[in-house]
Amino acid sequence: MYKILEARSVGLNIKQFVIEAPRIARKHKPGQFIILRLHNKGERIPLTIKSSDAKAGTVTIVVQAIGKTTSLLNCLEAGDFVLDIVGPLGHPSEIEKYGTVVILAGSVGTAMALPTAIALKQAGNHVIFIEGARSTEMVVFEDEVRQASNETYMMTDDGSYGEQGLVTKKLDDLIAAGRKIDFILAVGPVPMMRAVASITAPLGIKTMVSLNSIMVDGTGMCGGCRVLLGDKSKFACVDGPEFDASQVNFEVLMQRNAMYREKECAALKNFKQNMKAELADLREELAAQETQLCLK
Amino acid sequence: MSEINTLPRSAMNVLPLKERMKILRRHMPELDPKVRSRNFEEVNLGLQTDDALTESSRCIECAKPGCVIDCPVGVDIKQMVALIRAGDFLGAAAKLREDNSLPAITGRVCPQENQCEGGCIVGKKGSPVAIGNLERFVADYERLSGQLGLPPNAPSTGKSVAIVGSGPAGLSAAGDLIQKGHRVRVFEALHELGGVLIYGIPEFRLPKSIVKGEVNNLRRMGVEFETNVVVGKSVTIDELMHEEHYDAVFVATGAGLPVFLGVPGEHLNGVYSANEFLTRINLMRAYNTEEYDEPVYDCRDRNVIVVGGGNTAMDAVRTARRLGARTATLVYRRSDAEMPARAEEVKHAREEGVEFCMLTAPVAFLGDEKGWLTGARCVRMELSEPDESGRRRPVEIPGSGFNLPTDVAIIGVGTTANPLIQSTTPDLATNKRNYIVADNETMRTSKPGVFAGGDIVTGGATVILAMGAGRKAAKSIHEYLTSGEWETAVPIS
Repeated sequence: MYKILEARSVGLNIKQFVIEAPRIARKHKPGQFIILRLHNKGERIPLTIKSSDAKAGTVTIVVQAIGKTTSLLNCLEAGDFVLDIVGPLGHPSEIEKYGTVVILAGSVGTAMALPTAIALKQAGNHVIFIEGARSTEMVVFEDEVRQASNETYMMTDDGSYGEQGLVTKKLDDLIAAGRKIDFILAVGPVPMMRAVASITAPLGIKTMVSLNSIMVDGTGMCGGCRVLLGDKSKFACVDGPEFDASQVNFEVLMQRNAMYREKECAALKNFKQNMKAELADLREELAAQETQLCLK
Repeated sequence: MSEINTLPRSAMNVLPLKERMKILRRHMPELDPKVRSRNFEEVNLGLQTDDALTESSRCIECAKPGCVIDCPVGVDIKQMVALIRAGDFLGAAAKLREDNSLPAITGRVCPQENQCEGGCIVGKKGSPVAIGNLERFVADYERLSGQLGLPPNAPSTGKSVAIVGSGPAGLSAAGDLIQKGHRVRVFEALHELGGVLIYGIPEFRLPKSIVKGEVNNLRRMGVEFETNVVVGKSVTIDELMHEEHYDAVFVATGAGLPVFLGVPGEHLNGVYSANEFLTRINLMRAYNTEEYDEPVYDCRDRNVIVVGGGNTAMDAVRTARRLGARTATLVYRRSDAEMPARAEEVKHAREEGVEFCMLTAPVAFLGDEKGWLTGARCVRMELSEPDESGRRRPVEIPGSGFNLPTDVAIIGVGTTANPLIQSTTPDLATNKRNYIVADNETMRTSKPGVFAGGDIVTGGATVILAMGAGRKAAKSIHEYLTSGEWETAVPIS
């Protein structure tokens, strides 16, 4: 059982949680993730770690409500519990002094990119952070992004905040302006990462992308998260989640991520119709579990 | 005959050997194949008391019992069977527990035909004594009686042992070490305890309640458990030893990463590893999508193929059948004779309507424009001379290609070593396939205080072999903790 100490909304359908998880807090490094299960009949889903506090024994995660589990999770508040959290999983980001680094992050991907940006800046890189969002209410962590970077650009699809356009537009601008870029990290929706790769691969700029394939155990045991790199199969959970963008087959990633789309939509629809009851059930189950643990 | 004399004289088997040999082997009652191929209930129902008594009287009490010699953990089977025949079922269970801390599990999943029953002299002329069924009978009898013969623990030694993995190797080591008076804590990466017994072996072969019962027995003996800890990630071996002050660590993390065929189309939607398919169904209960959230491909009225010939493949294909597959076909590149699966599983699978496509290998998976699997391109094989495994090597028959309509393909051809511990423990020697190197008898690794056993040392094997490794490790850990001596048997590579 993992206690939620803080919960706050940080954007449209995006919530930040501070959760007690001392083991994960001690070991977390930028770029790693957790797997979470809400209740006894819940699914296991991978989620981004935004930051951790080893002393306080807490991790901060950021969740966008997309499917049933994330929607249910985002109903939870401080004082609630999560049944299972395991991590930190995956390889940490490689932090080196590259020179000029561009980080492109789409909305909730900003949370994943932030700790890496901070570490890259600390390593002496000139960090350019381009955050993109559909519109103003999905722009998240602007202050933290500005702190983590030397140059910051906010982009929205509809122009309701910052500049109008995709993050790749800003990347194109920087390249067109002759800026020398030594390293790129892109974290966000697959089409965004694919677009970044298609720009940087021909230019030979080292580009890493953080892949969000479907996972079950997160320890390499199931192979469900396999991604195609060139003609080689890699497991995102133990070989990744960051991979060389020029090698990634994004079409296969998108196709595999759509594997359960129909079921996910049905589950979400069903959840929305029974939201109150589902939340009450969850709280009841977790409270019972917590009482049992206390008695032990 | 000396140990048999510990039984009261009235309990001696008075039947002459010739008469005993005439008794037919009792059949294990089973659920009707038509019924069970549509549900996940346990197939074998267990022997009735009468049948267990009769079966036990078939034992001819050999002076050199082949059954004991061929048991990987050396259970005193001869004595156990004698106790059953004498009607002392709890005594038989206690005898069993002396060498096997998980009898209800091994009675269900051991490949007895290659072990105890393979060594049974009665079997040389007819059917061997049904030792596996008798083992299960006494373990179940003991559990249902509520009079569990849990052995007492020795006084506390003040030493502590961390066990990594709660599968068969970890659980059996935990049971032995707690009895020796050491503090024992088991770390499990998943959210549920039992390792492969939970995520791998299906409910119809090994009900989860049995595994939970064994875990709870260990808990009652004082073993501590912590789930959601991926050793190598959440904490390293060195941190366990130096920061959490464990005096010894036993690495029993199991086999690990699934092997794929490496043929085109393996990334199509609908192609699973057997590990993933079984984990979704067993650990995450995806067979009950009404209640549970984890999804799995809806196999109803679909054509499912499973590639492989071992127990994992057999579990997967029988699971697919139960999920309502129109056809559930096992595709294996060798022939029946070379299949490593237990004979009973093969028999059960056939009864349940699983089809066997032998001497066949997929060379590519075919899909539609959206990336969904539609078929498997297969070739026929023939067997040539034996390879290094001693089995005849399959060779492709030229021009034999054909398409097998397939909606779901499950690959169960084995696993490779999980790298998480090795990569974060630099002084732990590994072999060229990245399995941990440990001494065969002492289970000691290259790193003082660290022991390893089970599939992470041997590669994919059986539950009973992992349990045997767990027991050897427990013995060796106890020796180390009492003597403090460490002689490195394994060179650091």
